[in-house]
Amino acid sequence: MAIPKIVGIETEYGIILRGAEDWNPVSASSLLINSYVASNPGGIEEQGLSVAWDFVDESPGTDAREGITEFSLPPEVETHLVNTVLTNGARYYVDHAHPEISTPECRDALSIVLYDRAAEMICLDAMQAATGNLPPGQEMLLYKDNTDRKGNTYGTHENYLIDRSLPFAQVIAGATTHFVTRQIFTGSGKVGSELPGIDASLVPYQLTQRAEHFEEEVGLETTLKRPIINTRDEPHADSLRYRRLHVIVGDANMAQVATFLKVGTTSILLAMLEDNAFPRMFRLADPVAAMHQVSHDLSLDEPLRLKDGTTATALEIQMDLLGQATDWAEQFGLEAVGVDSGSMVLERWQEILTGLERDPMSMGSQIDWVAKLRLLEGFRERHGCDWGDPRLRAIDVQYHDLRPDKCLAGRVGLEKLVEDDEASVARLEPPTDTRAYFRGKCLQKFADSIVSANWDSIVFDLGAEPLRRVPMLEPSRGTLEHVGALIESSDTVADLLRQLER
Amino acid sequence: MAEREQIKKTSTRSDTQSVGPEAKSSAGQELKAELDDLLDEIDEVLETNAEEFVKSYIQKGGQ
Repeated sequence: MAIPKIVGIETEYGIILRGAEDWNPVSASSLLINSYVASNPGGIEEQGLSVAWDFVDESPGTDAREGITEFSLPPEVETHLVNTVLTNGARYYVDHAHPEISTPECRDALSIVLYDRAAEMICLDAMQAATGNLPPGQEMLLYKDNTDRKGNTYGTHENYLIDRSLPFAQVIAGATTHFVTRQIFTGSGKVGSELPGIDASLVPYQLTQRAEHFEEEVGLETTLKRPIINTRDEPHADSLRYRRLHVIVGDANMAQVATFLKVGTTSILLAMLEDNAFPRMFRLADPVAAMHQVSHDLSLDEPLRLKDGTTATALEIQMDLLGQATDWAEQFGLEAVGVDSGSMVLERWQEILTGLERDPMSMGSQIDWVAKLRLLEGFRERHGCDWGDPRLRAIDVQYHDLRPDKCLAGRVGLEKLVEDDEASVARLEPPTDTRAYFRGKCLQKFADSIVSANWDSIVFDLGAEPLRRVPMLEPSRGTLEHVGALIESSDTVADLLRQLER
Repeated sequence: MAEREQIKKTSTRSDTQSVGPEAKSSAGQELKAELDDLLDEIDEVLETNAEEFVKSYIQKGGQ
């Protein structure tokens, strides 16, 4: 039976320190996050947000493929950089040379949309706080994109809780084709190509920011020779029961419908695999080539070569997947992906695929690559410029600018699934239905007594006694229902720990 | 009563927005109008030196 699809998204943001002669992205990212923490968001006591991340359980080099012998570099964990835990259960830190936010663990795709929007708002607060700490004439700017269009890419990773007993080979077989074909609605759009030798006459514009940066089918890498299926096996939970599927192929979306479908369809697909209810799997002959091909095909009707010698378009494969998902939902129910969110995913998935089939350009309120392309084509028409015009490239980047008055995505009529006042609350308040609730509420109430926290534990300092680590190995426990009253009725950490032990 | 008023209002609005027989759904029209507004103002929103902005947008070291 499918297990609850608990999900999180990690987003690395592009960063610029405008007006500074010489600046370093690591220091700028540190200043950004430290400025946010020092601004005392939510009015929590001074130390409230200075709780450090605890690295004791980090092991990103563990590979999901057993007995793997090929040479592969494990990702580095940079323990010395700024790294903090927020009261909504999120992690805000410097990763490589970017500021990054990992959302708290969410129970469904709609909750992900809320916390992803909350993360954008946290970044905006942080930009303003950091700019206030800079000399006059300097400004901190963030962009929610995935490439500088010069060959440097940074990620928006999705994480899904999956059953350890599901053979990883099944995940590879089932998910690869989805990751290649879902690009038709998850792409954020990009002017031109970053591949050598491909100029504007061949690829003036493409569906995704990330596709061209993938070179392998399966592997452990995230920074070199990126694979479509990443095998990092670091569950941040009970490793006998769970895996965390670390998905690195996605774009950062400005369109909430795109984020919703990206996570919602993938959650359903993984639940179908766990239920062994995935009768027809399309196997691509060359997934990496297909990944690039789908991204470069604005018409959405180029056939992809399949292993069995036939062909199918990305849209045809997605339509078939939707049909199988609908059958699965009828047979097994939608509990694993959240009933309300899950039924909304099926509905919107149908609507988007039908719309793309009828006329891709009609999906400008839901899909980023379409919204951006409409804007670019509108500009080209008015100014009669060709695809090499730097103003088109500026529009491409500025679509992702987080400043409300400069953000082009904010002005193209994208549909909202969550309201900003709701997301504003989610900057500070954790979701109520995962262990993020316990983490966030403990930080709100007992920050002075917390030494450090991470995904699956919190370390408390009770003063005289030795430090106490409280494990949180079960992501669906520690919810409002489980611990709400207990936290509420505990005046001190000692009370809380006593009650937890009962 | 309130419902009737609302229906009337909606239909008036879509009448005034129709620009010809080829006019599509009102949602499509709204989107087009929003895009036109943005294109009217884009010079004020867009970075003043687009070429320099694009050239200097460099993001090294990411996953």
